[in-house]
Amino acid sequence: MTRTHAVTRPLLDLLLAGVLAVAVLSALLAISGYSVRDALSALWQGAFSSWSVIASGTLLRATPLLFTGLAVAVAFRAGILNIGAEGQLLLGATAATAMAIAVPASFGLIGTMLALCAGLIAGGAWAFVPALLKVRFGVLEVISTIMLNVVALNVTGLLVRGPLQEPTRTFPQSPLIEQALRLPRLMTGTRLHIGFALAVLLAIGMAWFLHATASGFRLRMTGANSRAASSAGGVDVTRVTVLAFVLSGALAGLGGAVEVTGVTYALYENLSPGYGFTAIAVALLARLNPIAAVGSAIVFGALEAGASAMQREAHVPAGMVGVVEACVILMLLASEWVGERLASTTSWNRGAPPRTPEPSSVSAAPTPPSP
Amino acid sequence: MTAAPLADFLDASIRSATPLLIAALGETIAERSGVINVGLEGAIIVGCLAGLATASTLGPAPALLAAAAAGVAITAVFALVAIGLVADQIITGTAITMLGLGITSTLYRVIYGDSGAALSAPTLGPIGIPLLKDLPILGRPLFQQPLPTYVAFLLVPTVWWWLYRTHAGLALRATGENPAAARAAGARPRRIQLWATLFGGACGGLAGGTLVLAQVGTFAEGMSAGRGFIAIAIVALGRWHPVGALMAALLFGMASALQFLGQALGLTIPYQIFLAIPYVLTLTALGIASGRYRAPAALGVRPNVAA
Amino acid sequence: MVLPPGTNGTVTSGAPRLALHAISRRYGGLQALDGASLNAAAGEVHALVGENGAGKTTLMKIAFGLETPDSGSMTLDGAPLAPRSPRDAMRAGIGMVQQHFALVDAMTVAENVALGGTGTLDLHATATLITRISADAGLPLDPHARVGTLPLSAQQRLEIVKALARNTHTLILDEPTAVLSPDESRDLLTWARRFADDGGTVILIAHKLREILSIADRITVLRRGRTILETRADATTETALAHAMLGLTPLAVRDKDGRRHTSIALRPTNPIITLRGVTATDENGAERLRDATLGVHAGEILGIAAIEGAGQRELLRVMAGRLTPLRGTATLPASIGWVPEDRHRDAVVLDATLLENLALRGAGSRKGLVAWNTLRGQAAAMMRERDVRAPEPNTTMRQLSGGNQQKFVIGRELADDPRALVVENPTRGLDIRATTSVHDALRAARDAGTAVVVYSSDLDEVLALADRIIVVAGGRTYDVPNDRDLVGRAMLDA
Repeated sequence: MTRTHAVTRPLLDLLLAGVLAVAVLSALLAISGYSVRDALSALWQGAFSSWSVIASGTLLRATPLLFTGLAVAVAFRAGILNIGAEGQLLLGATAATAMAIAVPASFGLIGTMLALCAGLIAGGAWAFVPALLKVRFGVLEVISTIMLNVVALNVTGLLVRGPLQEPTRTFPQSPLIEQALRLPRLMTGTRLHIGFALAVLLAIGMAWFLHATASGFRLRMTGANSRAASSAGGVDVTRVTVLAFVLSGALAGLGGAVEVTGVTYALYENLSPGYGFTAIAVALLARLNPIAAVGSAIVFGALEAGASAMQREAHVPAGMVGVVEACVILMLLASEWVGERLASTTSWNRGAPPRTPEPSSVSAAPTPPSP
Repeated sequence: MTAAPLADFLDASIRSATPLLIAALGETIAERSGVINVGLEGAIIVGCLAGLATASTLGPAPALLAAAAAGVAITAVFALVAIGLVADQIITGTAITMLGLGITSTLYRVIYGDSGAALSAPTLGPIGIPLLKDLPILGRPLFQQPLPTYVAFLLVPTVWWWLYRTHAGLALRATGENPAAARAAGARPRRIQLWATLFGGACGGLAGGTLVLAQVGTFAEGMSAGRGFIAIAIVALGRWHPVGALMAALLFGMASALQFLGQALGLTIPYQIFLAIPYVLTLTALGIASGRYRAPAALGVRPNVAA
Repeated sequence: MVLPPGTNGTVTSGAPRLALHAISRRYGGLQALDGASLNAAAGEVHALVGENGAGKTTLMKIAFGLETPDSGSMTLDGAPLAPRSPRDAMRAGIGMVQQHFALVDAMTVAENVALGGTGTLDLHATATLITRISADAGLPLDPHARVGTLPLSAQQRLEIVKALARNTHTLILDEPTAVLSPDESRDLLTWARRFADDGGTVILIAHKLREILSIADRITVLRRGRTILETRADATTETALAHAMLGLTPLAVRDKDGRRHTSIALRPTNPIITLRGVTATDENGAERLRDATLGVHAGEILGIAAIEGAGQRELLRVMAGRLTPLRGTATLPASIGWVPEDRHRDAVVLDATLLENLALRGAGSRKGLVAWNTLRGQAAAMMRERDVRAPEPNTTMRQLSGGNQQKFVIGRELADDPRALVVENPTRGLDIRATTSVHDALRAARDAGTAVVVYSSDLDEVLALADRIIVVAGGRTYDVPNDRDLVGRAMLDA
C-alpha cells in the first residue's frame, strides 16, 4: 500500500459508509411511509446546516464516540474483544464526578485535569479485572466485560442515590459540577468543549504510538499473530495483552470524564445511550485506524445529531438510526467475506478485528499433538 | 418472618426469573454447539413487540408463538452472517442487538404513533394447579403462575433430556467441544450450529413475549433492559447446563426481588448491591474453571472446516 | 464385524477388497499424490510405507472420505466407491484411526463411541457394547473414563473400538505405534493380525521396517506421491524397502559446480551450542527428547536426520532457545536465528508489511521508538542481497511467493549476524530456484562462521548440506557418518 493509498482508502471507506447509511435510511423511511425528502433534510439540518450546528450537534456527539471508538480500536488491534467500554466510560464519569465534587472550585482547570485523570485511572482499573481474568484464568473477555458493564451501572446507580447524590436528595444524580471546574468551550457560542480537541489529539497520539513506538509495534503484532510475535519476536504476549486492555479502559474512562465535565455537568445512571456499543461500529468503520476513527466518529455523531432533528421535525423515530448503524456493521462484515472470496490483498486485513480467539481463551484446553 | 412476604418474595423471584430462564435455556443450547449469540437481546426485544402486536388478533397464548417466530427471524440474520459468512460472532451479535432495538423502536412508533398512550395487550393470567396451589408458602409462587412459567419449568427437563439422552444432543455437545471430531464421526457441525442458534433465537423471542404478555402488559422501547446479557451470564454461571441455568436464573430472579423483601423487612441495603451480586458471583465462578464445568472448548471459535 | 455385501459371509483370503487406482491430488503448488495406487485384500495386513511427505496419509484420507481426489478411482470388493465424507466411508465399512485422534476430550469413552448414532442415547448399552468388543479384541478400555485423562495408548484403543463398533471391516491405522511403547506396539500388532485372520483388512501406515516385515502380508511403498513398489512381505528385505523409500537415485540437489561440498576442517573451538543430558517435552507434556548431549561449532552445518515425530521438533526448539528443557542444560549464545517449518504461524505476520516483519526480530526487547528509516535501508539491502522479489517496498508478506517469504525470513534471521542459526524444513513447498537460493544462504552463513543446524524431512537435502549428521530416533540422538544407507537405516530403526 503506497503512502497516498493509505490516506485515500479510509476516506473512500467513510464516504462509502456515508452513502450506504443514507441509502439504507432512505429505504427504511420509504418502507415506513415517511417523506424521505423531509426526513433527510431534517437530518441535514440537525447535523450539518451551519458551523454552529456542526459544533454543537455533530462534533459534540462525536466526542464520546471518538473516545470509546479509540478504546475499542486499540483493544481490537491487540486481539482483545473489549465490549466493556460502556462500563469503563461510566466508571470514568463516576470517578471524575467524585473528584470534581471533592476538589474546591478554586482549583479551576487544575481541578478539571484531576477529574479527567481520575476518570482515566478508574476506566483503566475497571478494564484490569477482565484482563486479569483472561490471562490468568482464560475467561472469555466477552462474557466478563458484558457483566462488568452491569456491575458498573449498579455501582453508579448506588452512588448517585447515596454518597454522590445532589443535596436535595430528590433525583438520582450528582450535584452539578462547579462552573470553574467544567471543561472550557472550544468554540464560543456553541456547546462544543475542548474535550473534542483532546479526543482528536489522542487519536493522533494513538496513531503515533501504534506506528512509531516499539511498544505500539508489539501491540499490533500481538493482535495480528501472537504466536509469531512470541516465537519470532520474543514478545511477552501476556504483558502486552494486559497493558492494551488497561489502555483501552483508560481511554473509555477518559471519555466518560470528559462527557461529565464538558456536557452533562452531572452524573446520572443513563449517562451513556450505548456509546460502548456504537463504538464498535465506529472502530469497524475506521478499520481500526485511529486517524480514520475521527472521521468515523463524526459520521456516527452526525447520524445521532441528525436523528434527534429527524424525530423533532419529521417525526421519524430515533430508533431508525440504530437500524442504520446495525446495517452498516453487517454490510461491512459481509463485504469482508466478499473481499476474502475475491482474495483481495488490502483493505480489511490490516489491523483487522481479532479473528479466531485462541482455544485457550476460554479455558486451558490442551492443543492437539504436534505433527 | 410471616409466610406472606416470603411467598410474595418467591412469587416475584419466579416471575422475574421466567423470561430469563427461557432465554438462557435457548442460549445454553447455542453455546453448547459453539456459538455465542450476544444478539440475544435483539431477539428478546423483537419478541416483546411481536407479542404486543399480535395479541389482540391472535389472543395472548398464540401471540407467544408469534413472539418466538420474531426471535427466530432476527436470529436468522445473525446465523447468516456469523455462521454462513463466518464473521466474528461477537461483532455480529452486537449488530443484531442494535438492529433489534432500533427496529422495535421504529416500528412501535410507526404502528402506534407518537401518542405514547399506554397500549395494553390482553395478558395471560395465572393458571392455578388445583390442590398444589394451596400449599403453604410454595403454593402460590410455584403453582399459580401464568402459562410461560410452566413452559419454562417443563423446558428444563426437556432440554436436559434432549441434550444428554439423545444422539442429536450428543452430536451438538461434541460440536461445541471439537467440531473436527464431530465431523469425523459423521455429524455436520455447521448445520447443528445453525439449528441450535435458531432455537436460541426462538427462546429469546418467547422470553420477550413473556415479558409483555404475562407480566408488563404493554411495550416500552428498550424494555428488554439487558435481559439478553443477563441470560448470557446465567448460562455461564449455570456452567452451560440446563439445570444450572435454572438455579442461576432463580438466583438472578431473587436478586431483583430482594429489593422488595428488603423494603418489607425495613432493611436499608441499597438494592444495587443485590443486583450486582449475581454478576460478581458469575465472574468468580468463571475464574474457577474446573474440568467438567468449563465452557465448551470450541465456543466462539470460527471453524475452518466446512461441514 | 459385518463383511461387505457380496462376500456372502465368507472370506477368501486374498480376494481384493479396497483398491485405489491412479489417485492424484494437488494442494496449491504441491502435488501430494501423483497417480498413486494401493490394492489391499481381504484377510490381510497391508503396510503402506514411505518417507515423510510421500503422500501416505493423504491417500488414506481420500479412502476415508476426509478428502476427495482430483482424479483416480476407488473400488470396494470390485464395486466403485467414492466417499465424500467420513459418513459415506463408515457406512461402507471403512474406518480410520488418524495420527491426531478425533476425540472429544471432555467426554467419556462411551460418549465418544456413541457419537454419530441416531435416536435416543443409551449409554449403558454402549458401555456394555464397549466392554464386549474390548474383551473380544483384547483392547482393554474403561467405558466411563473421561478421554482427556487417558494416556495416548488408551485413546488409540478407543479409536479402534469406535471403528469396531461401527462394523468396520477395513481399518486404516495411521502410524499407530508412534505413540506406543514397545510392549503396547506388540499388543496392537497382535490384535491387527487377529483382525485380519478373522476376515478383516488392516492397512497400516508405518515407518518401522522391522515391525512391518514381521506383521504385514503385503507392502506398498510410496515415494513423492507415486507407488514405487508393491510386494509381498516375504519377498523383500529391510534394505530393499529402505532403498525403495529413499530412492535409488543419488543426491538430487547439488551445489553450483556439481561437486559434493567438502566440509571445512573444523577448528577445535568451543561449541557455540551445547546440550548436556537434555530431556524435553512437547505441548502435551509427553517426553519427546531424552538425554540429548551434543555440541554445534562455529562454521559447520549440523544436519539432523529423523522420521516424523522422532523428537527432532523438540531438539530444534531447545537449540533455538524457544523451548526450556525439562532436565539437563542447554548453553546457548545470546543471538540465535530461528526459521521454523510453519512459517505462517510462527515466523511471519502475513498481513503486516515486509518492513514490519523485519522489525519483528528483536521486537520483544526493543525500547523507545522504532527506527523505521534505518530499518527501511536494512530491508532494501537485505532483500537485494537475498534476492527477495517483492512488487513494491510496502507490500504485505502475504503477497510474496513462498520462496520469497522464506528467503526473507532467512535474511531477517541472519541480518544481525547471529552466532547460531537453526532451521526446520527450510525448503518445504519451494521450487528448485528458491531451494537453491536457500541452500546457498545456509552455506554462506556457515562459511561466515555461524553455527548452522538444519533439519529436513527430505533426507537428500540433509545429506547434501550437512558437514556432520546427527540422527534422532525414538527421542535419542546418535552420531552417524555422512552416508545415505547408514543414515537411512538409523532413522528407521525403532
